[in-house]
Amino acid sequence: MSSGMSSRLAVNKTYKQFVGGAFERSESGRSYPVVGAGGELLAHAVRGSRKDVRDAVAAARSAQGGWAGRTAYNRGQILYRVAEVMESRRDEFCAEVLRAADGCSQAAAAAETAAAIDRWVWYAGWADKFPTVLGGANPVAGPYFNLSVPEPAGVVGMVAPDEPPLLPLVSRLAPVIVSGNSAVVLASERSPLVAVTLAETLALSDIPAGVVNIVTGRRDELVPPLAGHAAVDSLDLTGCDPEQAAAAARSAAATITRVVSASSAERQWADEAAQSPYLIDAFCETKTVWHPKAR
Amino acid sequence: MTDFSAPGRQVEPVGDFSLDYAPAPESTAPVRLGAQYGLFIGGEMLEAASGQLAPTVNPATGEALAEVSVADAADVDRAVVAARFAWEGGWRDLPGAQRAKYLYRVARLLQERSREFAVLETMDGGKPIRESRDLDVPLAAAHFFHYAGWADKLDYAFSGRRAAPLGVAAQVIPWNFPLLMAAWKLAPALACGNTAVLKPAPTTPLTALLLAEVLRDAELPPGVVNVVTGDDATGAALVAHPGVDKVAFTGSTEVGRMIGAELAGTDKRLTLELGGKAANIVFDDAALDQVTEGIVNGIYFNGGQVCCAGSRLLVQETVADAVVGRLQRRMDTLRVGDPLDKNTDIGAINSQAQLDRIAELVASGVAEGAELYTPPCVLPERGFFHPPALFTNVSTAHRIAREEIFGPVLSVLTFRTAEEAVAKANNTPYGLSAGVWTEKGSRILWMADQMQAGVVWANTFNRFDPASPFGGYRESGYGREGGRAGLLPYAELVA
Repeated sequence: MSSGMSSRLAVNKTYKQFVGGAFERSESGRSYPVVGAGGELLAHAVRGSRKDVRDAVAAARSAQGGWAGRTAYNRGQILYRVAEVMESRRDEFCAEVLRAADGCSQAAAAAETAAAIDRWVWYAGWADKFPTVLGGANPVAGPYFNLSVPEPAGVVGMVAPDEPPLLPLVSRLAPVIVSGNSAVVLASERSPLVAVTLAETLALSDIPAGVVNIVTGRRDELVPPLAGHAAVDSLDLTGCDPEQAAAAARSAAATITRVVSASSAERQWADEAAQSPYLIDAFCETKTVWHPKAR
Repeated sequence: MTDFSAPGRQVEPVGDFSLDYAPAPESTAPVRLGAQYGLFIGGEMLEAASGQLAPTVNPATGEALAEVSVADAADVDRAVVAARFAWEGGWRDLPGAQRAKYLYRVARLLQERSREFAVLETMDGGKPIRESRDLDVPLAAAHFFHYAGWADKLDYAFSGRRAAPLGVAAQVIPWNFPLLMAAWKLAPALACGNTAVLKPAPTTPLTALLLAEVLRDAELPPGVVNVVTGDDATGAALVAHPGVDKVAFTGSTEVGRMIGAELAGTDKRLTLELGGKAANIVFDDAALDQVTEGIVNGIYFNGGQVCCAGSRLLVQETVADAVVGRLQRRMDTLRVGDPLDKNTDIGAINSQAQLDRIAELVASGVAEGAELYTPPCVLPERGFFHPPALFTNVSTAHRIAREEIFGPVLSVLTFRTAEEAVAKANNTPYGLSAGVWTEKGSRILWMADQMQAGVVWANTFNRFDPASPFGGYRESGYGREGGRAGLLPYAELVA
């Protein structure tokens, strides 16, 4: 026996979508090849369909109330847990980032992974603080108790950018779910694999099934059904090109869906400007409650 | 059209006293109407390049009050250019304390001329003088006063970020609170350092034009605020103008959809305050006399021409008869008629078109099998009036339970459990406001949590304040007006 035959054969991962807490292939049965920075085949990712998007929105819708109903302390601990699990799988994330990104150095991949982990920690700490900072008592001119609180908008549809593959995804997702939103994320079309690995991390972190759903595939097929879905309350189109974003915003207007996109400052992903409690607020609704005061 | 002349229940006299009031008309003497009005651009009243004029009608009489310019795209362009020139020419760099002083002046001038504004508002829009005098005008002044104080305190509003102005704000406002909506739009925009082009509604342009006079008297730099009157095409031209950085719209959800589509793919910021179909929820332990007043205020305030009107009454089954009986008795005492009469509770409907829409929906309610109650009342022979109306036997599928009527029409539905009340209340694409009536504190807070609505009034309804954010969930729009949250639509947060 040659030494080549006796060396251990690697067990390759099948990269599936993450919908309703389960890893699934597309109902369409389709896949597409994902190539690395050097043009080599990395894997066949799921090429999701319109139906997959609709299933993901349904899963997100049914999970949202329960997630928002968790205590802020609990949501904070769960986001922190995501950071813990990512930390324990740092090498894997580094390797994924390295394989996906063009001309990425080992050091850059390590830095991106570290920044992504730290971003979860940062937002975890906001869970029980952002309502204090963003809301509060309003001194109205009358004998009324009046309080404003930020509440999650509901289901957020998100289009992740291609580049870099991990940090932008985490930077946009964490502020969306920390307040109690659920999310349907369209992973980067070019580099979807690290998003699936992130999904595995989320599945191990006590994030309830359906709170984060990650669909992979072609943006031109998946953005329109996501943007036009009536059960999507808010859209983050950061990963869309201008034409896609315009078309998505047009169809979102039919159901008065708020459209958000990262500013140029927020796209400096490693900077502090990329993280903000006002980004949490961008995916919240302010609710104001009045009550008379009387003896 | 439903026939309201059919005899209803008669008002029962109390002892020997008649319940009639003597007329108490407010004098129109403080108002000096012009025959024709131009556009307020660059600090001056200019003739419209369009050369077009349209009458603005007093809905209580059906007669024209004046002719107002209909701005075309060229006029809109002049206004936007003036606003941009004013922004780049100094307003954006003016210290906050200076902007604050201008806004304080505006607030004070509004207070000084409040009677004139109130009478004109009622003449042009048809709302009871009691409301324009006690709510619209004082609240408009209060909004300018509130946001004046923010202008030099923006650094304290958003910790860790600086609030930078956006540029030129295009602001399109509705006819139900003409002056108040102008104040809601202009005050935060100017406080944040933006300039503005305001487009009043076609049927109610006059108080915005009078406000232009106030702005000039306040020596606000030319072009910081411009007022272009006109029709839907004027609004469309303004919203689409490439020189506009931000669009704020209050009005129908239909137009909101069109504006959202128009702005797609541009860098313009957008906030929308749209329609509503608010649930007003009454539990069986509520204080029923207060509830009755609250329901009446919730739906008949401004003739129900209010986006946050409590147009769906959800009443717990055990007290449904008691509540409806009290309501009908109270409705019998509501005074419908001359909006300038200080005793009037329900004034004129804003326009013939709106009256037609209300009548059409009322007719649909009858046709779909709901039971209509209107008190016996004699409507004025001229003008656009509709009596207070109440529907019982309403199902959630009826159009009157789903569509925004924007008139004095209440639909009554019942529920058994709190969960059912929540499900019914949230069963609408809208999410602007909600009311909850119960004496149980824990239930109020639980219900407030469950409501998909931007404003929840508990044991009260239709309260507004410049310090209190207002705005909707879902198809009622996005963005808030009032308080610190009301600054966000007009600022970019810079690290």
